[in-house]
Amino acid sequence: MECSFALVGKDYVLVAADTTAARSIVKMKVDEDKIKTLSPHLLMAYSGEPGDTVQFAEYIERNIRLYHIRNFHPLRPQSAAAWVRRSLAQSLRSRSPYTVNLLLGGYDVASDAPHLYWIDYLGTQAAVPFASHGYGSYFALSLLDRYHNPDGTLEEGLATLRRVIDETAKRLVVAPGNYKVKVVDKNGVREVAL
Amino acid sequence: FSGRTTVFSPEGSLYQIEYAMEAISHAGTVLGVLAKDGIVLAAEKKVTGKLLDLSVEKEGSYGGSGEKIFLLNSNVVAGVAGYTADATSLINYARSAAQQHLLSYNEDIPVELLAQRLCDLKQGYTQFGGLRPFGVSLLYAGHDPHYQFQLYHSDPSGNYSGWKATCIGANSGTAQSLLKQEYKDDISVEDAIGLVLRTMSKTMDSTTLGSEKLEFSTLTLDSTTKQPKAKIYRPTEIDALLQKHGLAKKDEDTEMAAA
Repeated sequence: MECSFALVGKDYVLVAADTTAARSIVKMKVDEDKIKTLSPHLLMAYSGEPGDTVQFAEYIERNIRLYHIRNFHPLRPQSAAAWVRRSLAQSLRSRSPYTVNLLLGGYDVASDAPHLYWIDYLGTQAAVPFASHGYGSYFALSLLDRYHNPDGTLEEGLATLRRVIDETAKRLVVAPGNYKVKVVDKNGVREVAL
Repeated sequence: FSGRTTVFSPEGSLYQIEYAMEAISHAGTVLGVLAKDGIVLAAEKKVTGKLLDLSVEKEGSYGGSGEKIFLLNSNVVAGVAGYTADATSLINYARSAAQQHLLSYNEDIPVELLAQRLCDLKQGYTQFGGLRPFGVSLLYAGHDPHYQFQLYHSDPSGNYSGWKATCIGANSGTAQSLLKQEYKDDISVEDAIGLVLRTMSKTMDSTTLGSEKLEFSTLTLDSTTKQPKAKIYRPTEIDALLQKHGLAKKDEDTEMAAA
């Protein structure tokens, strides 16, 4: 089952998502990237209905890019989140809604602050210090409640993330084997090894 | 002269747009100056008279003094020159565009983007529909987190550009050269106010400045909240400002008494 986690630190946002693409009992792919880079300082992890996920995520990615190309400056995380949420809310009220859940993490260069948003397929949005989607949430949220430090360094954040992933691996029946972890800070987006 | 507004002249220009600009050159002057900590926008009113009902202005109408200067959004103030009716229509469009952006992106519309929205509309009227263009030029004074304080000018063709100091309407050429001489890159809002008032007094038709002929506004950043603060001056505030800068009309009675 798809698991995604994210947390905010002193001057960065960590976003992690599992890399398993499975249908029924078969794992078709074990290195699927479920985190899109929307702009130089914006990451989005997606999960949900197969097909809907990539379709919606790519629609968002291309439109955010278009905004950046047209207007020279990129959308700030707060504004991008508002637009993404509204897109989902409008989708919900259409003939066939997208069933996609998102974790949107970004760094606002203008105000030097990291931002994280939990968004679900109903268009619910919450600005949060940490978040997760999927069955992994049952283990992640309690651990993050206890161990998360919003002013932590990247090393500290990675250690907390390791705890979350290990617990999910230990206790979830169909725990994913591998995760992709990306970080966004004032220098941009990069992948990190856990 | 062409009955069809959207075709080229033999010289390769668009007559209707040139005529629109001609109309604007007779309209009340609008002056804008960009300072390092804000922007000053002033305008000369043409519709004046004793019988004009200014009671709404005295309270300080929310969106603007009514003839030349208007609030487009919490972070943008505009001054218009040209056909007032066309201007009102454009102001309304701009306000909708600003709110539409706020709805989609939960942020104040970036100043240049707002100027672009209006310019895209204006350009359409030069190419489709066979309708005449808007006979309005605008100055946009605004602030956004991306490029801080900015001043833009747009004309009936739908062209726009960013300025440090500029002028539209009657006597704009004179005002522009005055500004070119006196403007300094690191000017403060306080000094910009002085510069604007002095330039207006030299280029306006009337002999002395007064709140019946002048509209005045500033856009600064609130020191505590760090949010843009648009201030469109009320008539009493304009008179006080002119008094402070020594440009107010002298009281005739006191003059007589002194003599």
